[in-house]
Amino acid sequence: MKQDKVISAILLIVALSAISGLALITVFIFKEGLPVILRIGGQQFFLSSKWEPSTGHFGIFSMIVGSMVVTVGAMVIGIIFGLGLAIVLTQFSPPGLAAVIKPTIELLAGIPSVVYGFMGVVTLVPLIREHLGGPGLSVLAASVVLGIMVLPTITSISVDALQAVPRLYFEGSIALGATRWQTTYMVMLKAAKSGIVAAVILGMGRAIGETMAVIMVAGNSLKLPHSILDPVRTLTSNIALEMGYASGDHRQALFATGVTLFVIIMVLNSIALAVSRFRPQRGGVR
Amino acid sequence: MRPSPAVVQRVVVAALWTLAAMTIGVLVFIIIYILAHGLPYLSWGFLTESPESMGRKGGVFPMIVGTLMVAGLAVLIAAPIGVATAIYLTEYTREGKLTAVIRFGADCLSGIPSIIFGLFGFVFFAITLGMGLSVLSGALTLALMVLPTIIRTSEEAIRAVPYAYREVSYGVGSTRWQMVTQVVLRSALPGIGTGVVLSLGRSISETAAVMLTAGSGLQLPHSLLDSSRTLALHFYILSREGISMPNAYATASVLIIAILGLNLLAYWLMRRFVAKVR
Repeated sequence: MKQDKVISAILLIVALSAISGLALITVFIFKEGLPVILRIGGQQFFLSSKWEPSTGHFGIFSMIVGSMVVTVGAMVIGIIFGLGLAIVLTQFSPPGLAAVIKPTIELLAGIPSVVYGFMGVVTLVPLIREHLGGPGLSVLAASVVLGIMVLPTITSISVDALQAVPRLYFEGSIALGATRWQTTYMVMLKAAKSGIVAAVILGMGRAIGETMAVIMVAGNSLKLPHSILDPVRTLTSNIALEMGYASGDHRQALFATGVTLFVIIMVLNSIALAVSRFRPQRGGVR
Repeated sequence: MRPSPAVVQRVVVAALWTLAAMTIGVLVFIIIYILAHGLPYLSWGFLTESPESMGRKGGVFPMIVGTLMVAGLAVLIAAPIGVATAIYLTEYTREGKLTAVIRFGADCLSGIPSIIFGLFGFVFFAITLGMGLSVLSGALTLALMVLPTIIRTSEEAIRAVPYAYREVSYGVGSTRWQMVTQVVLRSALPGIGTGVVLSLGRSISETAAVMLTAGSGLQLPHSLLDSSRTLALHFYILSREGISMPNAYATASVLIIAILGLNLLAYWLMRRFVAKVR
């Protein structure tokens, strides 16, 4: 079986391309971005809000805050709608209807982020400006748009988690006289908890990482936001807005912004991976 | 007095269905809004002419070609690598440290934001490897970005092929490679196709990574090393810089129709696959 060994070796080499790609990305992003952080000093870079490339000031504190508030807002919407939809699909929907809703959610995930951003600009932003005040381009607008964008991620992973709960749990609870909602709330959601937590964390990663839609609706101001009606700039927007004309230290500082984003995402991913692998063994149920 | 469980259930279920209806309402609204504003400006000329004065007039022909080149090439590169990885994971090895490393790579890659892929593609493909802002840089960057999706969907498709198929194949004396290529892959093909089609859709939609790697040249790309502006980026520039709203809507319509078509194709492939392996 010499041929089989050769094929196996070739397949292994190809299979290592994903991890090699990850390694290359890590090395190059850090190589470009880390030196400038070390030169400026972590405190200056992370805790100062003064970003003035022309005078050599690179502080990204307001953008870290911007990314955080926008993401928290997005998660409120994403969790309520995403998890609600997952519960409807797995527990209360007739199979025929679920077969229609699922591809619809996939379609929602397929719509380009620039289109989401654009829809935010032409519909949501004027609405906020006229009825709530402020410039319209704001934390609130970005949160709503991002919430809709991360919803498919949260829904699809939560659906998988809920469907993986053994059928016996459901039947046992119904047999004890619980209603379907009591069963969902007290049994299914608890049993699927680790998967749902992973779904939320991965959704959070999506929200922090989204770029184009946020540029279009968040207003990109460098000031720290004081209310949800204030404009903000996120880490991602900072890179995409200035990369086109940056050079020298400025460009390196943008890569350093990328390093910050990269570390946040990798921490979130690792938590999600660890949580979803954690499946408590329950004795007796097979 | 606490309301009875039956009443609670009725209220909760009504609320949940409202959420579901609102979500689908948002999707339908986006599609109808874009098409209603864009379709009136969509014409044969718009699809086949080059843009004039930065896109204020004329069509989007070079962007359609650019999008097809960047996204098509990305999928052409990622699909064989992704399917080979899936074959290795399912047919050629047992679960162990090595598969854990491969899976970790794919999982992490799938969580990385597109702007980071853009930064990487810019410094690695465009500058370090000297490809410049080009179709090739963009395609390679996107290939890396959609690779995890193709690996995951291919693996699921291959695992769904009944075990009996493999036993029968071995039973009639085929080698492992013959079994994989002639039996398993053939049955899993529509399932793999679903992942490939969805990846193509994602490549077409992508903007941030393409902006930093393929550039925004307005002219028709003649080679893989030419810069090219994709439809999604063209739409972004037209609408953000307020160059031409009619042309922005028309460009968005082309994008939405392409995405709708690809998702329908993916759905159809999935149904064929489910019917086949059942």
